[in-house]
Amino acid sequence: MSSELNNPFASTEQEHRGKKVELLVKSCTLAMTWLLIIPVLAIIIFLVYKAWPALSIEFLLDNPEKKMTAGGIWGPLIGTFFLVLVSLIIAAPTGILAGVYLNEFARDNWVTRFINLAVVNLAGVPSIVHGLFGLGAFVYFLGMDRCLLAASCTVAVMTLPVIITSTKEALASVPMSFRVACWNMGATKWQTIRTIVLPNSISGILTGVILQVARAAGETAPILFTGAMISSRIADSGWDAMVPYGLEDRFMALSYHLYIISTQWQNVPESFKFGTAAVMIGLVIAVNSLSIGFRIYLRARKKW
Amino acid sequence: MSTIAPQVVTTEFTPTGSRQMDDDSIRTNDLNLWYGDFQALMNVSVNIKKGIITGLIGPSGCGKTTLLRCFNRINERYGNVTTTGDIEILEKNIYDSDVSVRQLRRSIGMVFQRPNPLPISIYDNVLFGMGIHDADKSLSKSNRNDIVEKSLREVDLWNTVKDRLKSRATTLTLEQQQKLCIARLLPLKPDIILMDEPCSALDAEGIEKVENLIESLRDDYTVVIVTHNMAQARRATDECIFMLLGEIIEHSKTSELFLNPQHEKTEMYIQGRYG
Repeated sequence: MSSELNNPFASTEQEHRGKKVELLVKSCTLAMTWLLIIPVLAIIIFLVYKAWPALSIEFLLDNPEKKMTAGGIWGPLIGTFFLVLVSLIIAAPTGILAGVYLNEFARDNWVTRFINLAVVNLAGVPSIVHGLFGLGAFVYFLGMDRCLLAASCTVAVMTLPVIITSTKEALASVPMSFRVACWNMGATKWQTIRTIVLPNSISGILTGVILQVARAAGETAPILFTGAMISSRIADSGWDAMVPYGLEDRFMALSYHLYIISTQWQNVPESFKFGTAAVMIGLVIAVNSLSIGFRIYLRARKKW
Repeated sequence: MSTIAPQVVTTEFTPTGSRQMDDDSIRTNDLNLWYGDFQALMNVSVNIKKGIITGLIGPSGCGKTTLLRCFNRINERYGNVTTTGDIEILEKNIYDSDVSVRQLRRSIGMVFQRPNPLPISIYDNVLFGMGIHDADKSLSKSNRNDIVEKSLREVDLWNTVKDRLKSRATTLTLEQQQKLCIARLLPLKPDIILMDEPCSALDAEGIEKVENLIESLRDDYTVVIVTHNMAQARRATDECIFMLLGEIIEHSKTSELFLNPQHEKTEMYIQGRYG
């Protein structure tokens, strides 16, 4: 008793209640965090389990045969690869250069604000609208016909805003004092960007670009009307199997292939559908891991 | 108590015989500067002499840093700035159309409050300025090494870093970083070195060493140093300019300014009664 009386820091009744609330909030937030992991794990486990009978090297390297009931997914896989490659060749330089302009050169006036607003809004456009835009703009207006180039352009437009935004953020994270030091020695803005700003923001920029690979590979809607096709006869081996599609050819793609065999085609083995889905998820995870690893590597190198 | 009189009290003195016109390194005439609508400098007319250390003192927001940034026209990079009046540096009006801002900044170095070495190696930091002015193209490797060694010796950093020239400049201590920031100006052979509170991020020992370094730059360079530290202004400068609310109140020899201030506001400020 006496020790309690002498304790000037004894906790009050209110504090006891506060502690309970604290515990409750902590466990709730923790539970919600774990809840996030459940769908991710569930999807992966479910997919791999269902896909297991189909998964093999041949599944990856063979072309679909006998109305998709046999063979593999080589055509769609290489088609997706080319789609991503061409769209990045278009979107990455455009987006990075635009981001550099917006962050390093543009003054804060209404034009800049308007462009920034446009970028934000472009990022919010649903992918099916991008698809219809691509159909109108590239296929009909520019007369590209439905082909790899038209689809890549459409996907490029879709990925641009995120590339621009992540480039801007990466550049903005380079301390202003570096730029000030350069300018005060008489460096032009471009010298400053080339020698100091870009080397120190390249990890962030590339992470943004790589994350868009996953998006470009996964979307169906933008390529639906602009170049994807259900089935195209491609060679089983040799150069023509490695590079089956030219820029003006229609092409198969994983996302579209999955859509077709799941909804439009009869008698496709279950495992093929899940196999295709598992390969797509695997690709996305692989690309994301690559970007995370890359970021860790580059971040370890820079210190200020 | 009287309000601040706008006229400038300048104590004339002749350090070495008769004063000549080319004793002045920097001369401003009726310099006014606005950030948007806010007037940061008002009718500033000042002559800063060649080869000595001039201190800029005054309370926060009085325009010291703004005035410093006028001298290499870096203010123009900070957006909405309007300037009227003249600035002559080495007898040349720096707002003339035939003045290259890059060459101006090459011959007027700037050192900052927070040491800001670039996130590259110590070696590359020293040569960075030559690189951006394409002055290093014709240099052989041994020439470059000589320049790096000479510059680092001049700031008393060579012995400390000679074995790790290739390591990142940002791994140095703050004091070493600040010395490096001074060293990287030297290969460009500047005439003037501007310093914006160069010691305020340093500890006592660092301050002493950097002050000694600044002291050693006298004669070879014209040094203009902004400081909040009265004791430092007293120790490290030859002349002092006291500024208040964008105006120059008093400009005289440091010893005179501190011992016998001509203006009431100067006296109150150096006694620490405000600011």
